[in-house]
Amino acid sequence: MKKVIVPPQRVQPHERVAPVPYMVWAVLFTVVPLLFIAYYALTDNQFHFTFDNITRFFTATSTMEAADGTQKVIHTYLLIFWRSFKLALISTAVCLLMGYPIAYIIARASPKAQSTMITLIMIPMWMNFLIRTYAWMTILQDTGILNGILSALHLGTVKIIGTEGAVVVGMVYDFLPYMILPIYSVMAKMDTRLLEAARDLGCNSLGVLRRVIFPLSLPGVFSGITMVLVPSISTFYISQKLGNGKFYLIGDAIEGQYVANNLHFAAAIAFILMVALLLSMAVFQRLANRRSYGGA
Amino acid sequence: MQKIIELKHITKSFDGGEPVLKDVSLDVYDNEFLTLLGPSGCGKTTILRIIGGFEQPDEGDVLFLGERINDIPAHKRNVNTVFQRYALFPHLNVFENIAFPLREKHVPKDEIEQKVHELLEMVALKGFEHRSVTRLSGGQQQRVAIARALISRPRVLLLDEPLGALDLKLRKDMQQELKNIQKQTGITFIFVTHDQEEALSMSDTIVVMSEGKIHQIGSPTDIYNEPSNAFVADFIGESNILDGTMVRDRVVNFSGHTFDCVDEGFGENTPVDVVVRPEDVDIVPVEKGMLRGVVTSVTFMGVHYEIIVDIGGFKWMIQTTDFVAEGETIGLFIEPDAIHVMPRSEYSGMFGDYSSFSNELDELSVVESEDDE
Repeated sequence: MKKVIVPPQRVQPHERVAPVPYMVWAVLFTVVPLLFIAYYALTDNQFHFTFDNITRFFTATSTMEAADGTQKVIHTYLLIFWRSFKLALISTAVCLLMGYPIAYIIARASPKAQSTMITLIMIPMWMNFLIRTYAWMTILQDTGILNGILSALHLGTVKIIGTEGAVVVGMVYDFLPYMILPIYSVMAKMDTRLLEAARDLGCNSLGVLRRVIFPLSLPGVFSGITMVLVPSISTFYISQKLGNGKFYLIGDAIEGQYVANNLHFAAAIAFILMVALLLSMAVFQRLANRRSYGGA
Repeated sequence: MQKIIELKHITKSFDGGEPVLKDVSLDVYDNEFLTLLGPSGCGKTTILRIIGGFEQPDEGDVLFLGERINDIPAHKRNVNTVFQRYALFPHLNVFENIAFPLREKHVPKDEIEQKVHELLEMVALKGFEHRSVTRLSGGQQQRVAIARALISRPRVLLLDEPLGALDLKLRKDMQQELKNIQKQTGITFIFVTHDQEEALSMSDTIVVMSEGKIHQIGSPTDIYNEPSNAFVADFIGESNILDGTMVRDRVVNFSGHTFDCVDEGFGENTPVDVVVRPEDVDIVPVEKGMLRGVVTSVTFMGVHYEIIVDIGGFKWMIQTTDFVAEGETIGLFIEPDAIHVMPRSEYSGMFGDYSSFSNELDELSVVESEDDE
């Protein structure tokens, strides 16, 4: 055999220059804006350092009419935050329950059917999400398409628009692809011989799913959860349109303060949300890593 | 001996293409080490997958202890597989990989513990219980795969080129170990390989295949000494394959000389293929030789020399421990029982001439056939 002489590797000048545009981009559009948010969050209108905006988030109260008609004092932003978190969790759970079987079915299909189904899932994402939200309004309205069909079938009508359910429907519709795609890509790459080995060793189809496919698809599940949970916590507009404005979410609060020119308080809410998300993601990643394989 | 698996007239093709198995019939006996041997693409892995339950034959029946099992799914067959490149579960450690089939059957915990440890001892992996399988060497992964396939005590173990990914030294050790495990457990092994040396050294029975057909079924010595056609003779070991004429019983003519031989039953003046193994030719002084030729190349192989001799334009390979020089004219002597006569077949004239022979080419073709199906 002839020996192949490999010249010593040297970083060429153009290789050193290559990442520069990306780094400039990241600094300009990610790092600098984040610093601005932190700066605005921790200053008042005269740009003097203050924690007032942060404390306002935790202490601001307002009165609300409870179900029995009495007036109740509530922590406005904590309630909004809790509501956003709850709806986001529900949407994520629904996305997971719907998305996992869909991803499984796609991954099992023939290559041609796979690309067709993936395209079908992607197509709605090419439309503006405002238009999609309006479409759901026309479907779910009291006199909308859904109730039209139901009453034509003499099944009565349902009240959906303006409920938390409608908001969840909107979020699930918007974010479902982000759950399906990562799970699908993990499943499609799965070594089919592992599935055969499981069958060979005595598993029926359910056993293969439970003992091999599911544990091996967990990385996809974890990234799907991340990709749905994060945007659905901070979503806005869906709740205004499908919840009839009754379910003010944290994203709406930020938008409201921004529109009202309360930039510093808007930044404070965004900052707190960001810190909360980073903390929960860090905890979640730890859990995910422990559950994923590789470690003994 | 009891037949454990019978294949009857199996035909199989994929997506309507050329059949990969053409009317294959095969009996596998209890407690035997049977090897399916053939070049890549010959259908040997497909046979294994049909027995394992991963493929359905288009035609024909698969019998297990006399019962038809065509419609029994893989997980209900008393047959386990050691997959090519092992297919270990990356999310489970060594212990859980081996315990996998027992957990499915809800075997009590302490029994699982005990059985896994027995198996770990058998494959010499004691102390590796809690290792991640992704951090094992190829040989160790191989052992885990064998232990996992053996733990539910199948009647038949299918092994799909299990040693293909190991280096030569490890391969030799594992061959010996597999053979020992087979004897120890008494489980029938069906072993797939394209490596003829591996097949010869391990098997009780070898099944030689090519192009979806079985050419010969027999013991390693039968296959080596009495190949059924030119394909088998060429595929198993080195051989000089010559056009010959069977003059009458026990007399054959080839290379312009008439030889005594031990074969009979071909009729008179019948065209045949003649095999002479390189180690069965004796080098003698020219005047004492039955044939004479010029040495065109000499290669030192360690134990012997491999020389190529030009005899009337046909290049023979001869293995000898005596040194001869290139360009020398030598005489050849062949004993009657060193001559093996075979009927003509579609493979006649395709193999057995060493005029384009070189070790380098041989090695290349081995590497190429490494990846089967």
